[in-house]
Amino acid sequence: MAARGGLLVLVLLLLVSAVSRSFGLYFHLGETERRCFIEEIPDETMVIGNYRTQLYDKQREDYMPATPGLGMFVEVKDPDDKLILSRQYGSEGRFTFTSHAPGEHQICLHSNSTKFSLFAGGMLRVHLDIQVGEHANDYAEIAAKDKLSELQLRVRQLIEQVEQIQKEQNYQRWREERFRQTSESTNQRVLWWSIVQTLILVSIGLWQMRHLKSFFEAKKLV
Amino acid sequence: MLLRGLLGPGAAAWSAISGLRGLVLLLLCLGGAVRASEITFELPDNAKQCFYEEIAQGTKCTLEFQVITGGHYDVDCRLEDPDGLVLYKEMKKQYDSFTFTASRNGTYKFCFSNEFSTFTHKTVYFDFQVGEDPPLFPSENRVTALTQMESACVSIHEALKSVIDYQTHFRLREAQGRSRAEDLNTRVAYWSIGEAIILLVVSIGQVFLLKSFFSDKRTTTTRVGS
Repeated sequence: MAARGGLLVLVLLLLVSAVSRSFGLYFHLGETERRCFIEEIPDETMVIGNYRTQLYDKQREDYMPATPGLGMFVEVKDPDDKLILSRQYGSEGRFTFTSHAPGEHQICLHSNSTKFSLFAGGMLRVHLDIQVGEHANDYAEIAAKDKLSELQLRVRQLIEQVEQIQKEQNYQRWREERFRQTSESTNQRVLWWSIVQTLILVSIGLWQMRHLKSFFEAKKLV
Repeated sequence: MLLRGLLGPGAAAWSAISGLRGLVLLLLCLGGAVRASEITFELPDNAKQCFYEEIAQGTKCTLEFQVITGGHYDVDCRLEDPDGLVLYKEMKKQYDSFTFTASRNGTYKFCFSNEFSTFTHKTVYFDFQVGEDPPLFPSENRVTALTQMESACVSIHEALKSVIDYQTHFRLREAQGRSRAEDLNTRVAYWSIGEAIILLVVSIGQVFLLKSFFSDKRTTTTRVGS
C-alpha cells in the first residue's frame, strides 16, 4: 500500500519536473540586440538558466511561440573574460554551467536570426529564469532518486542552503581582501605622489633661479 | 544532532505518510504562482530597459532594486500596471524597495532608465518577488499539527532565508564600495602623472618664454611693456 502510493508519487513528481515551469519575467529583444546579465557567484556554484521565446504573429496579433528555426546564442564568460560556454540553443532552451572561479560571470543572449524579415517589425519576447546555487536544485528529483521522506528532503534543502551561505562567506573574505588591497594601493600612490610633487616643485624652482641668473649674467643685465 | 534523530526510528513511519504529503506537495508545485527573479544587468547610457511579468489579481509582489556601479549610482525606476497606471515612479534613486498587491490580472511592466546620463553606463540589480513562498510543510490534508522536528525546520528555513537576504545586500554594498575604491585608485594614478607632467612643462616653458622676452635686440622695452 505504502509502496504503491510511493510509486504513484514518484511518477507524478517526475511528470511535474518534466513539464516546463512557466517562468514569468520577460523582456523584448531586438533582432541584432545582445543582452547581458551578470551573476556574481562564488566558485563551484551551479547556475541553471531557462529561457523561452515568443515571436509576434501579425495574423493573430499576439505573441506565439517562436518557430523552431529561431535559436538563441548563449555565451557565458568567467571573471577572467574567458568563454566557458558558447552554444546555440533552439527557441526554448536550458543552459547550465558550474563556476570554477569566484567572481562576476557574464551571461549574454542574442538571437541567431540573420534575415531581418523574420521579426516582421516586432520584437522577440524572451522569458528568462536564472537559478543560482541551492535554488538550482531540483528537489523532486532528489527526493525520487534517494527515496527521501518530506522531512528528510527539507533537511537536505536546509543543508544545501547553509553550504551556499558558507561558500558566499568565503567568497566575501576574498573580495574584502581585494578591496583592502585597492585601498592600500591608493593610499601608497597618494603618499608617493605628494612626496614626488614636492621634490619636483623644489628642484624646478632651484633650476629656474639658477638658469635665469646665469642667463641674465650672460646678458649683462645683472 | 538533528539528523541522527531524524534518520532513526522516524524513517519507516515517514515513508508511509510521505506518499500523501508528496501528492499535496506536487499539487502545490503545479498550482503555486510563486516566482522570484533576481537579475543583475548592465544599463548603457541614454538607455531604458523594461521587464514585464504576468501577475494574477491579489498577489502580493515586491520589487527591490539597487545600483551597483556607474556614475552617481542612481537610476530612474517606473512600475506600471496593465492599464498603464503608474504605481511607482522615482527619479535618480540608488536603492529602493516597493511592495504592492496586484489589483487586477495582467501584464505589469517595470522600467529602469539611464536617460539622464550621457556617458556612464550603470549596473543595476533587481529582485522581483511574486507571491509568497509556499510553506515548507503544506497544511492541507494534515492529520496532526506540525511536529517539533517540522516546526524546527520551518524556523531554520525562515532564518536562513533572511541570512541569505542580508548576505545579498551586503554583497551588493561591498561591490559598490569596491567599485568606488577602484575608480578612486585609477583617478589618483592618472591625476598624479598628469599633474607632474603639467608642472614640468609649465615651469620649463615659463623659463624659456621669459628668456625669449630678453633675447631680442635692445629695443625690446616696448614689447616688455605690452
